[in-house]
Amino acid sequence: MTLNWGLARKRDALTKRARIIDQIRRFFSEEGYLEVETPFRIPAPAPESHIDPLPSVAWFLHTSPEICMKRLLAAGYGRVFQICHCWRAEERGKFHLPEFTMLEWYRTDLDYFGLMEECEALIRFVAAAIGLNGKVAYGGREISLIGPWERITVTEAFARYTPYSLAEALRRDIFDELMVHDIEPHLGKAGPVFIHDYPASRGALARLKPDDPNVAERFELYIGGVELANAFTELTDASEQRSRFQHEQEERKSLGKTVCPMPDKFLEELAHMPAAAGIALGLDRLVMILLQASSIDEVVAFTPEEL
Amino acid sequence: MYTVADLRKGLKIILDGDPYIVIAFDFAKPGKGQALYRTKMRNMINGTILDRTYRSGETFDPASLDERTMQYLYKEDNAYHFMDNRNYEQIVISEDGLGDTKNYLIDNLQVDVLLFGEKAIGVNVPNFVNLRVIKTDPWAKGDTSGSDSKPATVETGYVLRVPPFIEEGELITIDTRTGEYSTMVKG
Repeated sequence: MTLNWGLARKRDALTKRARIIDQIRRFFSEEGYLEVETPFRIPAPAPESHIDPLPSVAWFLHTSPEICMKRLLAAGYGRVFQICHCWRAEERGKFHLPEFTMLEWYRTDLDYFGLMEECEALIRFVAAAIGLNGKVAYGGREISLIGPWERITVTEAFARYTPYSLAEALRRDIFDELMVHDIEPHLGKAGPVFIHDYPASRGALARLKPDDPNVAERFELYIGGVELANAFTELTDASEQRSRFQHEQEERKSLGKTVCPMPDKFLEELAHMPAAAGIALGLDRLVMILLQASSIDEVVAFTPEEL
Repeated sequence: MYTVADLRKGLKIILDGDPYIVIAFDFAKPGKGQALYRTKMRNMINGTILDRTYRSGETFDPASLDERTMQYLYKEDNAYHFMDNRNYEQIVISEDGLGDTKNYLIDNLQVDVLLFGEKAIGVNVPNFVNLRVIKTDPWAKGDTSGSDSKPATVETGYVLRVPPFIEEGELITIDTRTGEYSTMVKG
């Protein structure tokens, strides 16, 4: 057997990846967060129309640690973070692995705008610690990390980058296509961008804006056209959450997809969860950006094809 | 019948009656949204490139192409000549029709010529071919630049990146599906 040259030459990327993870832990430790571990294998993942869990002997591999982390919040843990593997069926591409690494964190004293600031601080801290001087080169462009980062609403993004208004895009059922073709490539070209205030139908676990129930308090972070993180002011109304989950389950059923059991324990404990904001960040993608890697394959030791 | 999840580089499908080969394929999924499959396809007859985005659930008919084993003879201008050794019949395929496979054609190589009806529209080459390196920089021992690969030109004129220890005159194996260096041929 000859030397696995492809694996051997990933040494530099894997070394930097480990350093980035060290720095993330340092950041959260300094901010008073508790690092937690929750089970990967769960009986009832949060029902979401377009996220497909992998079955695992009658249960499922989690698609994100969200449900268990919110149960920790409900039990009085105010600031928690986790770095863990997650699984999503059939997701494979330049930016997708069916088994990937998620960084997820929650805190009780912020809303989604406060979380944007913390997200900026984290990424600037990590970039500085690996020797990037306030900027990163990605996709042939220089991207400044100096804040504050741009914030743009979903409504503004449709008006600016597509021939349709947000309402028209939803009516024609081309929201996702326009997002991928016309909007994402523009997001985060000169500096990172937070795109926020999604239609209520696209934030199954997000709180709706108190003064506008058509809008979910949700944002996504983009750098260099790459979606890095998704965040919410968390929905804490248990009966509202149950009815949204029912809606997602019906949607899955109509798409011919597996319908998982309702996460009842989570819904019971949600009543005790204080106001909080939470965010899930694709760690492999953050490493890609900081290392200027064009494929997710370059920043993990093994892809499924190599096993 | 293929579904959209079967699409991958190199797959051949029928669209609007013509055979197309998938030349680039990208999986996209806007946060919490549905999976989208962005494909770039080349019409195997006229070379036209088509960009299409599909949602899950789309299906395609495979392009049923006949294959005939033939021998590559020579290139003249942009025309590549092949011969069927059983009946000495010769056919010609244009450079556009060959796409990347032209990078692996050395004299006398046995290939599978693809026929759509009566028309020769391309060739299939083996997954791995051995080609000789005719030009590459020598390995500077003690090189501290940290570069772990270098360009090399092989006998067909194709240029690819190889490990620094590969020298001129050596035979290397190339994975024709990716166009990348695979191993050095010992001996």
